[in-house]
Amino acid sequence: MATYKLTTPISEEDIRKLRVNDVVYITGTIVTARDQAHKRALQFHEEGKRLPLNLEGLAVFHCGPIVKKEGDKWVIVAAGPTTSTRMDIFEDDFIKNFKTRIIIGKGGMGKRTTKAMQRYGAIYGAFTGGAAVLAAKAIKNVKAVEWFDLGMPEALWILEAEEFGPLTVAIDSHGNNLFEDIKQKTQGNLNAIYKKLGIEP
Amino acid sequence: MSLEKTIENVAVNLLRLAVTELPRDVKEALRNAYQEETSEAGKTQLKAILNNIELAEKTRTPMCQDTGTIIFYIKAGAEVGQLDKIENALFNATKRATTEVPLRPNAVDPIQQKNTGDNTGRNIPYINWEIVPGDIIEITVMPKGGGSENVCTMNMLVPGQGIKGLKKFVIDSVIKSGSKPCPPNILGVAFGGGADIAMKLAKNALLRSLNQPHKDPKIAQLEKELLDAVNQTGIGPMGLGGKFTVLGVNVDYAVRHPASFPAAVAFNCWAARRATAQVRPDGQIKYLTHELR
Ligand code: SF4
Repeated sequence: MATYKLTTPISEEDIRKLRVNDVVYITGTIVTARDQAHKRALQFHEEGKRLPLNLEGLAVFHCGPIVKKEGDKWVIVAAGPTTSTRMDIFEDDFIKNFKTRIIIGKGGMGKRTTKAMQRYGAIYGAFTGGAAVLAAKAIKNVKAVEWFDLGMPEALWILEAEEFGPLTVAIDSHGNNLFEDIKQKTQGNLNAIYKKLGIEP
Repeated sequence: MSLEKTIENVAVNLLRLAVTELPRDVKEALRNAYQEETSEAGKTQLKAILNNIELAEKTRTPMCQDTGTIIFYIKAGAEVGQLDKIENALFNATKRATTEVPLRPNAVDPIQQKNTGDNTGRNIPYINWEIVPGDIIEITVMPKGGGSENVCTMNMLVPGQGIKGLKKFVIDSVIKSGSKPCPPNILGVAFGGGADIAMKLAKNALLRSLNQPHKDPKIAQLEKELLDAVNQTGIGPMGLGGKFTVLGVNVDYAVRHPASFPAAVAFNCWAARRATAQVRPDGQIKYLTHELR
Protein backbone atom coordinates (compact mmCIF):
# COMPACT_ATOMS: atom_id res chain seq x y z
CA MET A 1 0.00 0.00 0.00
CA ALA A 2 1.32 3.40 -0.97
CA THR A 3 0.03 6.92 -0.52
CA TYR A 4 -0.11 9.28 -3.50
CA LYS A 5 -0.80 12.98 -3.70
CA LEU A 6 -2.08 13.83 -7.15
CA THR A 7 -2.85 17.15 -8.79
CA THR A 8 -5.36 17.54 -11.61
CA PRO A 9 -5.23 17.23 -14.56
CA ILE A 10 -3.98 13.70 -13.87
CA SER A 11 -2.21 11.81 -16.63
CA GLU A 12 -2.98 8.25 -17.69
CA GLU A 13 0.59 7.35 -16.77
CA ASP A 14 0.09 8.44 -13.16
CA ILE A 15 -3.18 6.56 -12.92
CA ARG A 16 -1.59 3.35 -14.16
CA LYS A 17 0.80 3.45 -11.18
CA LEU A 18 -2.05 3.08 -8.69
CA ARG A 19 -3.11 -0.28 -7.33
CA VAL A 20 -6.09 -1.30 -5.21
CA ASN A 21 -5.59 -0.52 -1.50
CA ASP A 22 -3.38 2.49 -2.30
CA VAL A 23 -4.44 5.78 -0.75
CA VAL A 24 -4.86 8.94 -2.83
CA TYR A 25 -5.29 12.62 -1.98
CA ILE A 26 -6.38 14.94 -4.77
CA THR A 27 -5.54 18.59 -5.19
CA GLY A 28 -7.15 20.54 -8.01
CA THR A 29 -10.51 20.31 -9.73
CA ILE A 30 -13.21 17.92 -8.60
CA VAL A 31 -16.62 17.95 -10.27
CA THR A 32 -19.76 16.54 -8.63
CA ALA A 33 -22.06 14.51 -10.85
CA ARG A 34 -24.96 12.20 -10.06
CA ASP A 35 -27.41 10.34 -12.27
CA GLN A 36 -28.92 13.35 -14.03
CA ALA A 37 -25.61 15.03 -14.78
CA HIS A 38 -24.15 11.78 -16.15
CA LYS A 39 -27.18 11.36 -18.36
CA ARG A 40 -27.03 14.88 -19.71
CA ALA A 41 -23.28 14.75 -20.30
CA LEU A 42 -23.66 11.63 -22.42
CA GLN A 43 -26.54 13.22 -24.32
CA PHE A 44 -24.40 16.28 -25.02
CA HIS A 45 -21.66 14.06 -26.34
CA GLU A 46 -24.04 12.22 -28.62
CA GLU A 47 -25.36 15.47 -30.02
CA GLY A 48 -21.86 16.82 -30.53
CA LYS A 49 -22.37 19.63 -27.96
CA ARG A 50 -19.53 20.77 -25.74
CA LEU A 51 -19.68 20.25 -22.00
CA PRO A 52 -19.39 23.32 -19.75
CA LEU A 53 -15.84 22.23 -18.95
CA ASN A 54 -13.23 19.79 -20.18
CA LEU A 55 -13.25 16.80 -17.84
CA GLU A 56 -10.03 15.23 -19.11
CA GLY A 57 -7.74 14.29 -16.22
CA LEU A 58 -10.18 15.51 -13.58
CA ALA A 59 -11.98 13.73 -10.75
CA VAL A 60 -15.74 13.20 -10.76
CA PHE A 61 -17.39 12.95 -7.36
CA HIS A 62 -20.67 11.06 -6.82
CA CYS A 63 -22.08 13.58 -4.39
CA GLY A 64 -25.13 15.74 -3.91
CA PRO A 65 -23.71 18.50 -1.75
CA ILE A 66 -25.47 20.91 0.56
CA VAL A 67 -24.38 24.35 -0.62
CA LYS A 68 -25.32 27.75 0.72
CA LYS A 69 -24.86 31.19 -0.74
CA GLU A 70 -22.95 33.72 1.35
CA GLY A 71 -23.15 37.08 -0.41
CA ASP A 72 -22.42 36.15 -4.02
CA LYS A 73 -20.25 33.16 -3.11
CA TRP A 74 -21.27 29.53 -2.84
CA VAL A 75 -20.02 27.69 0.24
CA ILE A 76 -20.05 23.91 0.69
CA VAL A 77 -21.75 22.90 3.93
CA ALA A 78 -21.62 19.13 3.55
CA ALA A 79 -20.33 16.97 0.75
CA GLY A 80 -20.40 13.27 1.60
CA PRO A 81 -20.33 10.64 -1.13
CA THR A 82 -23.47 8.99 -2.44
CA THR A 83 -23.85 5.34 -3.49
CA SER A 84 -22.02 4.84 -6.76
CA THR A 85 -23.77 1.78 -8.18
CA ARG A 86 -26.53 4.00 -9.54
CA MET A 87 -24.03 5.49 -11.98
CA ASP A 88 -22.82 2.10 -13.23
CA ILE A 89 -25.04 2.32 -16.31
CA PHE A 90 -23.36 5.56 -17.45
CA GLU A 91 -19.81 5.40 -16.21
CA ASP A 92 -18.14 3.28 -18.91
CA ASP A 93 -19.22 5.64 -21.70
CA PHE A 94 -18.50 8.60 -19.48
CA ILE A 95 -14.89 7.53 -18.90
CA LYS A 96 -14.44 6.64 -22.54
CA ASN A 97 -15.79 9.92 -23.87
CA PHE A 98 -14.46 12.42 -21.35
CA LYS A 99 -11.20 10.80 -20.13
CA THR A 100 -12.06 11.40 -16.50
CA ARG A 101 -9.30 9.77 -14.48
CA ILE A 102 -10.79 9.41 -11.00
CA ILE A 103 -14.30 8.52 -9.92
CA ILE A 104 -15.02 9.19 -6.24
CA GLY A 105 -17.94 7.66 -4.37
CA LYS A 106 -18.99 5.04 -1.87
CA GLY A 107 -19.90 1.39 -2.14
CA GLY A 108 -17.93 0.59 -5.31
CA MET A 109 -18.97 -0.09 -8.89
CA GLY A 110 -19.50 -3.12 -11.11
CA LYS A 111 -17.89 -5.03 -13.95
CA ARG A 112 -18.77 -2.57 -16.74
CA THR A 113 -17.04 0.29 -14.98
CA THR A 114 -14.07 -1.87 -13.96
CA LYS A 115 -13.53 -2.85 -17.60
CA ALA A 116 -13.71 0.73 -18.82
CA MET A 117 -11.24 1.81 -16.13
CA GLN A 118 -8.82 -0.85 -17.28
CA ARG A 119 -9.22 0.04 -20.93
CA TYR A 120 -9.08 3.82 -20.74
CA GLY A 121 -7.00 4.36 -17.60
CA ALA A 122 -9.10 5.47 -14.64
CA ILE A 123 -9.57 4.48 -10.99
CA TYR A 124 -12.36 4.43 -8.43
CA GLY A 125 -11.53 6.07 -5.10
CA ALA A 126 -13.72 5.14 -2.15
CA PHE A 127 -14.38 8.04 0.19
CA THR A 128 -15.64 7.27 3.69
CA GLY A 129 -19.44 7.20 3.71
CA GLY A 130 -20.94 9.96 5.80
CA ALA A 131 -17.63 11.76 6.43
CA ALA A 132 -19.11 15.04 5.25
CA VAL A 133 -17.10 17.37 7.48
CA LEU A 134 -13.81 15.88 6.30
CA ALA A 135 -14.89 16.30 2.68
CA ALA A 136 -16.10 19.86 3.15
CA LYS A 137 -12.83 20.83 4.85
CA ALA A 138 -10.77 19.78 1.82
CA ILE A 139 -12.93 21.82 -0.55
CA LYS A 140 -11.42 25.28 -0.61
CA ASN A 141 -13.61 26.97 -3.11
CA VAL A 142 -16.63 26.54 -5.36
CA LYS A 143 -15.31 27.63 -8.74
CA ALA A 144 -18.60 27.43 -10.61
CA VAL A 145 -21.89 25.63 -10.81
CA GLU A 146 -23.30 24.39 -14.11
CA TRP A 147 -26.60 22.77 -14.98
CA PHE A 148 -28.19 24.24 -11.87
CA ASP A 149 -31.58 23.59 -13.48
CA LEU A 150 -31.08 19.93 -12.44
CA GLY A 151 -31.41 21.02 -8.79
CA MET A 152 -28.82 21.55 -6.09
CA PRO A 153 -27.86 17.89 -5.54
CA GLU A 154 -27.78 16.98 -9.24
CA ALA A 155 -25.98 20.03 -10.62
CA LEU A 156 -22.33 20.02 -11.70
CA TRP A 157 -20.46 21.67 -8.86
CA ILE A 158 -16.96 22.55 -9.95
CA LEU A 159 -14.83 22.48 -6.83
CA GLU A 160 -11.30 23.42 -5.99
CA ALA A 161 -9.89 20.88 -3.57
CA GLU A 162 -6.77 20.61 -1.50
CA GLU A 163 -5.65 17.15 -0.52
CA PHE A 164 -9.13 15.72 -0.80
CA GLY A 165 -9.10 12.29 0.79
CA PRO A 166 -8.21 9.76 1.94
CA LEU A 167 -9.50 7.86 -1.05
CA THR A 168 -8.90 4.13 -1.00
CA VAL A 169 -8.26 2.89 -4.53
CA ALA A 170 -11.01 0.28 -4.78
CA ILE A 171 -10.91 -0.23 -8.56
CA ASP A 172 -7.60 0.25 -10.33
CA SER A 173 -6.76 0.46 -14.03
CA HIS A 174 -5.53 -3.13 -14.11
CA GLY A 175 -8.87 -4.86 -13.70
CA ASN A 176 -8.76 -5.23 -9.90
CA ASN A 177 -11.90 -4.50 -7.91
CA LEU A 178 -11.49 -4.49 -4.13
CA PHE A 179 -15.22 -4.53 -3.37
CA GLU A 180 -15.67 -7.60 -5.61
CA ASP A 181 -12.70 -9.29 -3.93
CA ILE A 182 -14.14 -8.64 -0.50
CA LYS A 183 -17.55 -9.90 -1.58
CA GLN A 184 -16.02 -13.16 -2.76
CA LYS A 185 -13.92 -13.51 0.37
CA THR A 186 -17.01 -12.88 2.47
CA GLN A 187 -18.88 -15.65 0.68
CA GLY A 188 -15.86 -17.88 1.25
CA ASN A 189 -15.86 -17.12 4.98
CA LEU A 190 -19.54 -17.90 5.30
CA ASN A 191 -19.23 -21.68 5.55
CA ALA A 192 -16.69 -21.48 8.35
CA ILE A 193 -18.98 -19.08 10.25
CA TYR A 194 -22.00 -21.34 9.77
CA LYS A 195 -19.99 -24.30 10.95
CA LYS A 196 -18.80 -22.52 14.07
CA LEU A 197 -22.37 -21.57 14.94
CA GLY A 198 -23.61 -25.08 14.20
CA ILE A 199 -25.79 -23.98 11.29
CA GLU A 200 -26.42 -26.13 8.24
CA PRO A 201 -26.03 -23.91 5.17
CA MET B 1 -40.10 28.53 32.75
CA SER B 2 -42.97 26.22 31.84
CA LEU B 3 -42.28 22.51 31.61
CA GLU B 4 -43.14 22.66 27.93
CA LYS B 5 -40.53 25.31 27.22
CA THR B 6 -37.91 23.52 29.32
CA ILE B 7 -38.46 20.28 27.42
CA GLU B 8 -38.29 22.15 24.12
CA ASN B 9 -34.95 23.75 25.02
CA VAL B 10 -33.50 20.48 26.29
CA ALA B 11 -34.60 18.67 23.13
CA VAL B 12 -32.95 21.32 20.89
CA ASN B 13 -29.74 20.87 22.87
CA LEU B 14 -30.01 17.09 22.59
CA LEU B 15 -30.48 17.27 18.83
CA ARG B 16 -27.44 19.51 18.47
CA LEU B 17 -25.32 17.30 20.72
CA ALA B 18 -26.46 14.12 18.99
CA VAL B 19 -25.61 15.14 15.43
CA THR B 20 -22.31 16.87 16.25
CA GLU B 21 -20.82 14.51 18.82
CA LEU B 22 -21.02 10.75 19.23
CA PRO B 23 -21.78 9.32 22.68
CA ARG B 24 -18.70 8.27 24.63
CA ASP B 25 -19.12 4.53 24.21
CA VAL B 26 -19.33 4.77 20.40
CA LYS B 27 -16.30 7.06 20.21
CA GLU B 28 -14.35 4.65 22.38
CA ALA B 29 -15.38 1.68 20.26
CA LEU B 30 -14.29 3.46 17.06
CA ARG B 31 -10.90 4.36 18.55
CA ASN B 32 -10.44 0.83 19.73
CA ALA B 33 -11.39 -0.52 16.29
CA TYR B 34 -8.80 1.75 14.68
CA GLN B 35 -6.12 0.40 17.02
CA GLU B 36 -7.01 -3.21 16.40
CA GLU B 37 -7.94 -3.21 12.73
CA THR B 38 -5.41 -5.15 10.68
CA SER B 39 -6.66 -4.44 7.16
CA GLU B 40 -4.97 -1.38 5.68
CA ALA B 41 -8.02 -0.21 3.78
CA GLY B 42 -10.10 -0.72 6.93
CA LYS B 43 -7.65 1.28 9.00
CA THR B 44 -7.66 4.13 6.47
CA GLN B 45 -11.46 4.30 6.67
CA LEU B 46 -11.51 4.22 10.48
CA LYS B 47 -8.91 6.97 10.63
CA ALA B 48 -11.03 9.09 8.30
CA ILE B 49 -14.06 8.49 10.52
CA LEU B 50 -12.09 9.51 13.63
CA ASN B 51 -10.79 12.66 11.92
CA ASN B 52 -14.28 13.44 10.74
CA ILE B 53 -15.92 13.14 14.16
CA GLU B 54 -13.17 15.17 15.78
CA LEU B 55 -13.62 17.92 13.22
CA ALA B 56 -17.41 17.81 13.62
CA GLU B 57 -17.07 18.14 17.36
CA LYS B 58 -14.64 21.02 17.09
CA THR B 59 -16.58 23.00 14.49
CA ARG B 60 -19.95 21.92 15.88
CA THR B 61 -21.20 20.82 12.49
CA PRO B 62 -23.17 17.63 11.82
CA MET B 63 -20.79 14.68 11.47
CA CYS B 64 -22.74 13.34 8.49
CA GLN B 65 -24.74 15.14 5.81
CA ASP B 66 -27.66 12.84 6.59
CA THR B 67 -28.91 14.04 9.97
CA GLY B 68 -31.52 11.33 9.93
CA THR B 69 -35.14 10.86 10.82
CA ILE B 70 -35.81 12.24 14.28
CA ILE B 71 -36.99 9.71 16.85
CA PHE B 72 -37.55 10.40 20.54
CA TYR B 73 -37.72 7.98 23.44
CA ILE B 74 -39.42 9.36 26.55
CA LYS B 75 -39.36 7.78 29.99
CA ALA B 76 -42.00 9.72 31.82
CA GLY B 77 -42.23 9.57 35.60
CA ALA B 78 -45.80 8.73 36.58
CA GLU B 79 -45.88 11.62 39.05
CA VAL B 80 -45.08 14.28 36.46
CA GLY B 81 -48.01 16.44 35.40
CA GLN B 82 -48.55 18.05 31.98
CA LEU B 83 -47.28 15.02 30.05
CA ASP B 84 -49.68 16.01 27.28
CA LYS B 85 -47.51 19.06 26.58
CA ILE B 86 -44.41 17.05 25.72
CA GLU B 87 -45.39 16.09 22.19
CA ASN B 88 -45.82 19.69 21.18
CA ALA B 89 -42.52 20.62 22.80
CA LEU B 90 -40.68 17.92 20.82
CA PHE B 91 -42.25 18.99 17.52
CA ASN B 92 -41.25 22.58 18.14
CA ALA B 93 -37.76 21.53 19.18
CA THR B 94 -37.33 19.57 15.95
CA LYS B 95 -38.39 22.55 13.85
CA ARG B 96 -36.07 24.85 15.73
CA ALA B 97 -33.11 22.48 15.54
CA THR B 98 -33.62 22.15 11.77
CA THR B 99 -32.75 25.82 11.33
CA GLU B 100 -30.55 26.37 14.39
CA VAL B 101 -28.15 23.40 14.12
CA PRO B 102 -28.90 23.09 11.10
CA LEU B 103 -30.31 19.65 10.28
CA ARG B 104 -30.95 18.48 6.74
CA PRO B 105 -34.70 18.51 6.06
CA ASN B 106 -35.39 14.80 5.86
CA ALA B 107 -39.16 14.51 6.16
CA VAL B 108 -40.83 13.78 2.84
CA ASP B 109 -44.60 13.51 2.50
CA PRO B 110 -44.91 10.14 0.76
CA ILE B 111 -48.20 11.00 -0.97
CA GLN B 112 -47.21 14.35 -2.40
CA GLN B 113 -43.52 13.38 -2.62
CA LYS B 114 -42.69 16.76 -1.16
CA ASN B 115 -40.20 17.60 1.55
CA THR B 116 -41.97 19.28 4.46
CA GLY B 117 -38.78 21.30 4.97
CA ASP B 118 -38.66 21.21 8.78
CA ASN B 119 -38.19 17.52 9.68
CA THR B 120 -41.73 17.25 10.98
CA GLY B 121 -44.90 15.80 9.49
CA ARG B 122 -47.42 13.08 10.14
CA ASN B 123 -46.01 10.83 12.94
CA ILE B 124 -42.51 12.37 12.65
CA PRO B 125 -40.69 13.06 14.91
CA TYR B 126 -41.82 9.72 16.25
CA ILE B 127 -42.20 9.53 20.01
CA ASN B 128 -41.81 6.29 21.97
CA TRP B 129 -43.40 6.47 25.42
CA GLU B 130 -42.64 4.54 28.55
CA ILE B 131 -44.19 5.30 31.94
CA VAL B 132 -41.83 4.75 34.85
CA PRO B 133 -42.13 5.34 38.60
CA GLY B 134 -41.00 8.69 39.99
CA ASP B 135 -41.03 12.32 38.96
CA ILE B 136 -38.27 12.56 36.34
CA ILE B 137 -38.65 12.90 32.58
CA GLU B 138 -35.87 11.26 30.60
CA ILE B 139 -35.56 12.28 26.96
CA THR B 140 -33.45 10.43 24.43
CA VAL B 141 -33.15 11.44 20.80
CA MET B 142 -31.94 9.14 18.05
CA PRO B 143 -31.46 10.83 14.67
CA LYS B 144 -31.52 7.74 12.47
CA GLY B 145 -29.62 7.71 9.16
CA GLY B 146 -31.29 6.50 5.97
CA GLY B 147 -28.47 4.32 4.66
CA SER B 148 -28.44 2.10 7.71
CA GLU B 149 -32.24 2.18 8.03
CA ASN B 150 -32.62 0.84 4.48
CA VAL B 151 -31.03 -2.49 5.40
CA CYS B 152 -33.00 -3.08 8.62
CA THR B 153 -34.87 -6.30 8.21
CA MET B 154 -37.31 -8.62 9.93
CA ASN B 155 -38.42 -12.12 9.20
CA MET B 156 -40.85 -14.66 10.58
CA LEU B 157 -38.52 -17.60 11.19
CA VAL B 158 -39.49 -21.25 11.52
CA PRO B 159 -39.91 -21.89 15.27
CA GLY B 160 -38.34 -25.35 14.95
CA GLN B 161 -35.02 -23.80 13.96
CA GLY B 162 -34.87 -21.82 17.18
CA ILE B 163 -31.79 -19.76 17.99
CA LYS B 164 -29.81 -21.40 15.19
CA GLY B 165 -32.26 -19.98 12.70
CA LEU B 166 -31.87 -16.59 14.34
CA LYS B 167 -28.09 -16.71 14.08
CA LYS B 168 -28.26 -17.58 10.40
CA PHE B 169 -30.71 -14.75 9.80
CA VAL B 170 -28.39 -12.23 11.46
CA ILE B 171 -25.29 -13.37 9.54
CA ASP B 172 -27.16 -13.45 6.23
CA SER B 173 -28.60 -9.97 6.83
CA VAL B 174 -25.15 -8.53 7.46
CA ILE B 175 -23.66 -10.20 4.38
CA LYS B 176 -26.52 -8.94 2.25
CA SER B 177 -26.13 -5.38 3.48
CA GLY B 178 -22.41 -5.28 2.60
CA SER B 179 -21.06 -1.74 2.45
CA LYS B 180 -24.48 -0.07 2.24
CA PRO B 181 -25.05 0.82 5.92
CA CYS B 182 -21.61 2.53 6.27
CA PRO B 183 -19.92 -0.08 8.47
CA PRO B 184 -18.66 -0.48 11.15
CA ASN B 185 -22.25 -0.84 12.33
CA ILE B 186 -24.04 -1.45 15.59
CA LEU B 187 -26.66 -4.17 15.42
CA GLY B 188 -29.83 -4.34 17.44
CA VAL B 189 -31.20 -7.87 17.28
CA ALA B 190 -34.48 -9.02 18.80
CA PHE B 191 -36.78 -12.00 18.59
CA GLY B 192 -40.15 -13.16 19.82
CA GLY B 193 -43.26 -11.11 20.63
CA GLY B 194 -44.61 -10.36 17.19
CA ALA B 195 -43.56 -8.66 13.98
CA ASP B 196 -43.79 -5.11 15.35
CA ILE B 197 -42.54 -6.07 18.81
CA ALA B 198 -39.38 -7.73 17.47
CA MET B 199 -38.42 -4.68 15.42
CA LYS B 200 -39.26 -2.31 18.22
CA LEU B 201 -37.08 -4.23 20.67
CA ALA B 202 -34.29 -4.40 18.08
CA LYS B 203 -34.38 -0.63 17.63
CA ASN B 204 -34.54 -0.10 21.40
CA ALA B 205 -31.47 -2.29 21.78
CA LEU B 206 -29.54 0.30 19.73
CA LEU B 207 -30.00 2.70 22.64
CA ARG B 208 -28.08 0.51 25.03
CA SER B 209 -24.42 1.44 25.60
CA LEU B 210 -21.84 -0.75 23.88
CA ASN B 211 -20.22 -1.35 27.27
CA GLN B 212 -23.34 -2.80 28.76
CA PRO B 213 -24.04 -6.45 27.95
CA HIS B 214 -27.57 -7.81 28.43
CA LYS B 215 -28.27 -8.58 32.09
CA ASP B 216 -29.29 -12.14 31.29
CA PRO B 217 -25.96 -14.02 30.92
CA LYS B 218 -27.39 -16.31 28.23
CA ILE B 219 -28.32 -13.30 26.08
CA ALA B 220 -24.99 -11.62 26.84
CA GLN B 221 -23.30 -14.79 25.59
CA LEU B 222 -25.41 -14.69 22.40
CA GLU B 223 -24.39 -11.06 21.87
CA LYS B 224 -20.74 -12.02 22.08
CA GLU B 225 -21.15 -14.98 19.80
CA LEU B 226 -22.95 -12.93 17.16
CA LEU B 227 -20.37 -10.14 17.39
CA ASP B 228 -17.52 -12.59 16.80
CA ALA B 229 -19.34 -14.32 13.97
CA VAL B 230 -20.30 -11.11 12.16
CA ASN B 231 -16.76 -9.78 12.44
CA GLN B 232 -15.46 -12.92 10.77
CA THR B 233 -17.30 -12.07 7.55
CA GLY B 234 -14.43 -9.79 6.53
CA ILE B 235 -16.72 -7.04 5.20
CA GLY B 236 -14.86 -4.50 7.32
CA PRO B 237 -15.07 -0.71 7.57
CA MET B 238 -17.00 0.69 4.58
CA GLY B 239 -17.02 -2.79 3.04
CA LEU B 240 -13.37 -2.46 2.05
CA GLY B 241 -12.31 -5.45 4.10
CA GLY B 242 -11.25 -5.96 7.70
CA LYS B 243 -12.09 -7.19 11.17
CA PHE B 244 -14.53 -4.49 12.16
CA THR B 245 -17.82 -4.97 10.35
CA VAL B 246 -19.67 -4.16 13.57
CA LEU B 247 -18.72 -2.44 16.81
CA GLY B 248 -21.28 -4.24 18.89
CA VAL B 249 -24.39 -6.42 18.88
CA ASN B 250 -27.16 -5.72 21.39
CA VAL B 251 -29.81 -8.39 21.74
CA ASP B 252 -33.22 -8.45 23.38
CA TYR B 253 -36.25 -10.72 23.21
CA ALA B 254 -39.86 -11.27 24.17
CA VAL B 255 -41.60 -14.56 24.78
CA ARG B 256 -43.21 -15.83 21.58
CA HIS B 257 -46.38 -17.41 20.28
CA PRO B 258 -45.98 -21.21 19.93
CA ALA B 259 -46.37 -20.95 16.16
CA SER B 260 -44.14 -17.88 15.57
CA PHE B 261 -40.52 -16.89 15.78
CA PRO B 262 -40.33 -13.27 14.68
CA ALA B 263 -36.79 -11.90 14.39
CA ALA B 264 -35.52 -8.43 13.58
CA VAL B 265 -32.15 -6.86 12.86
CA ALA B 266 -31.84 -3.09 13.21
CA PHE B 267 -28.67 -1.49 11.80
CA ASN B 268 -27.02 1.68 12.99
CA CYS B 269 -24.10 3.17 11.06
CA TRP B 270 -20.79 4.38 12.53
CA ALA B 271 -22.63 7.69 12.97
CA ALA B 272 -24.62 6.04 15.76
CA ARG B 273 -26.14 9.19 17.13
CA ARG B 274 -28.07 9.40 20.37
CA ALA B 275 -28.25 11.80 23.28
CA THR B 276 -30.08 11.61 26.61
CA ALA B 277 -31.01 14.08 29.35
CA GLN B 278 -33.17 14.04 32.46
CA VAL B 279 -35.45 16.84 33.53
CA ARG B 280 -36.07 16.89 37.28
CA PRO B 281 -39.10 18.34 39.06
CA ASP B 282 -37.11 21.31 40.40
CA GLY B 283 -36.16 22.21 36.82
CA GLN B 284 -32.66 20.77 37.10
CA ILE B 285 -31.36 19.21 33.92
CA LYS B 286 -28.82 16.43 33.73
CA TYR B 287 -27.19 15.42 30.44
CA LEU B 288 -26.27 11.75 30.58
CA THR B 289 -24.49 10.96 27.30
CA HIS B 290 -22.76 14.27 26.58
CA GLU B 291 -21.36 17.28 28.29
CA LEU B 292 -23.39 20.34 27.38
CA ARG B 293 -21.15 22.71 25.50
S1 SF4 C 1 -25.56 5.36 6.65
FE1 SF4 C 1 -25.09 6.71 8.41
S2 SF4 C 1 -22.99 7.42 8.10
FE2 SF4 C 1 -23.70 6.57 6.15
S3 SF4 C 1 -24.45 8.37 5.02
FE3 SF4 C 1 -26.21 7.45 6.09
S4 SF4 C 1 -26.38 8.49 8.05
FE4 SF4 C 1 -24.35 8.95 7.20
